[in-house]
Amino acid sequence: MTTRIDRRFEALKKEGRAALVTFVTAGDPDYDTSLKIIAGLPKAGADVIEIGMPFTDPMADGPAIQAAGLRALAAGQNMKKTLKLVKDFRKQDKDTPIVLMGYYNPVYVYGVEKFLKDSKTAGVDGYIIVDLPPEEDGEFCIPALKAGQNFIRLATPTTDDHRAPTVFHNTSGFVYYVSVLGITGTKAPDLKSVKANVNRLRKHTKLPICVGFGVKSAEQARAIAKDADGVVVGSALVQAVEKSLTKAGKPTSKTAKAVHALVSDIAQGVRS
Amino acid sequence: MNVNTPNSFRTGPDENGLFGIYGGRFVAETLMPLILELEQAYKAAKADPSFQAELDSFLEHYVGRPSPLYFAERMTEHLGGAKIYFKRDELNHTGAHKINNVMGQILLARRMGKKRIIAETGAGQHGVATATACARFGLECIVYMGEVDMERQKPNVFRMKLLGAEVVPAKSGSRTLKDALNEALRDWVANVEDTFYCIGTVAGPHPYPEMVRDFQSVIGRETKEQMLKREGRLPDSLVAAIGGGSNAMGLFHPFLDDKDVEIIGVEAAGLGLKTKTKHAASITGGKPGVLHGNRTYLLMDDDGQIIEGHSISAGLDYPGIGPEHAWLHDMKRVEYVSATDKEALDAFQLCCKLEGIIPALEPSHALAHVMKIAPKKPKDHLMVMNLCGRGDKDIFTVADILGAKL
Repeated sequence: MTTRIDRRFEALKKEGRAALVTFVTAGDPDYDTSLKIIAGLPKAGADVIEIGMPFTDPMADGPAIQAAGLRALAAGQNMKKTLKLVKDFRKQDKDTPIVLMGYYNPVYVYGVEKFLKDSKTAGVDGYIIVDLPPEEDGEFCIPALKAGQNFIRLATPTTDDHRAPTVFHNTSGFVYYVSVLGITGTKAPDLKSVKANVNRLRKHTKLPICVGFGVKSAEQARAIAKDADGVVVGSALVQAVEKSLTKAGKPTSKTAKAVHALVSDIAQGVRS
Repeated sequence: MNVNTPNSFRTGPDENGLFGIYGGRFVAETLMPLILELEQAYKAAKADPSFQAELDSFLEHYVGRPSPLYFAERMTEHLGGAKIYFKRDELNHTGAHKINNVMGQILLARRMGKKRIIAETGAGQHGVATATACARFGLECIVYMGEVDMERQKPNVFRMKLLGAEVVPAKSGSRTLKDALNEALRDWVANVEDTFYCIGTVAGPHPYPEMVRDFQSVIGRETKEQMLKREGRLPDSLVAAIGGGSNAMGLFHPFLDDKDVEIIGVEAAGLGLKTKTKHAASITGGKPGVLHGNRTYLLMDDDGQIIEGHSISAGLDYPGIGPEHAWLHDMKRVEYVSATDKEALDAFQLCCKLEGIIPALEPSHALAHVMKIAPKKPKDHLMVMNLCGRGDKDIFTVADILGAKL
């Protein structure tokens, strides 16, 4: 069984280039602007879209993504609306893979079975649940795989050769390599260690490896794309949203454009 | 009793860190290898008699254990029912039970060769205890504290600084204890090589709930011994306040299989459970969810977003509770009740006047419940309340509410 994610990475492999994976938070700064941002991502050069499910206590995220989640929640975003956002996006795009990323509690409270059913119907292809390590696979990972969805795992610099087989055991779609020790968007990745770690992890998995956490520019993206199968950009896009807002935190005519311009720029890096 | 009552309530957690469905290891992958390493190191230390001997020595000579089991004679007369004893953990060095756990974890950190200690704190008691032990052993200490709590608990912030700790304000979210915990976890993922995270309560990913419980169980073991010596039998009931639940678990755990001992945990009802958001009673007013590495009862909205707890006591306003408490609640082994800000404040004042002891606002919640139930008990009913902290840190809060100018 292949998913949209599998098909997209196969196609890119034939093209001979890495994927650009973009992350934005659902409902940031509000529902309509968020839909406008997401709807324009494929045209701007995004190959895979990660959508953050807002949570009050995002333990692995830096200040930029924390703030985005709180903006979204303040504007009334919730899980139902996040799924609606995907559904609305799918009306115009049947091919771009969508990955929902977030923390387990809102999913657990929604109900795992109901969430998998509703999100599949909405057009979601895979999930990254940050606080579900392999030790908790019974919770959500196995049910997701059974439902024919991808469960994407984070691998980190602490994922050594001893740990790697455990991490890659029940995973599919692609691997998200967290390039720095720490939280999202705070440190820049050290390109040498990224290359060494990506090559090391390839011995343990045949899945495409995408690299993220701290990627902000076309230059970084270009360098990472040489060794990885994809580059993930998140905090930089969320910061572009933040910078475009009025003092009261309201969206402006520049909000979606700012995000799309940055994505286009980084996409050129990935493709060059 | 519930159906499927286990043979023992004292065998948890299982190898996956679960107490029934509660507990577990819900953390980011970066932290998993560290948590597994900690689990192994703790297992080895637990099995090593020299570790326990070192801990016992520090508990006796540095912390001041055993703490007395004191017959609260005037409180007993005033309430006119049960014979009330206070377990005097407020007499420990640093003025609360928190140091019992900290000594254990810091000795473990030393065994593991970790040089940098991080901790979260709400009211500041765990932060002060951690800063104290770090000073004693010459370790670097960084304490995360919500910006709001730093303002509410200025004396403790200064204490930590005097002890050489760096106090870092948690400026995200609601800027209280839960956010301090988030910041500490963020620090840990960024500094995995040399850092030991000293958690202050029986929560967090496995093995923390088990480890903190084990270190705090000295409270219950002493109580058992002291009561047997004093009265020739076990107490009839135990009462303790619960935020995360470490003082309560420390008192309760050694008694869990003594089926005739009634055990009661008292959560903070703040301005009342009916307010929905202005309390910190995770069990009586919350539902199961996943936060900070474990599944447990949480205060949250219908979308799974965490609600900040409220209590007059900064040590109780955490939106969760230790997973073992969640399980003991479901198994009906421990009864969980609540006391409001006002009830705790009344108990606080009564304790000052009748016993000459200024209790912390946390155990004042336990005392408030003792005041409700003790009058209905016969005079030969032996009741133990954990007086887990002294109230010096709270006099500013209380003065403010009573309208006194300092």
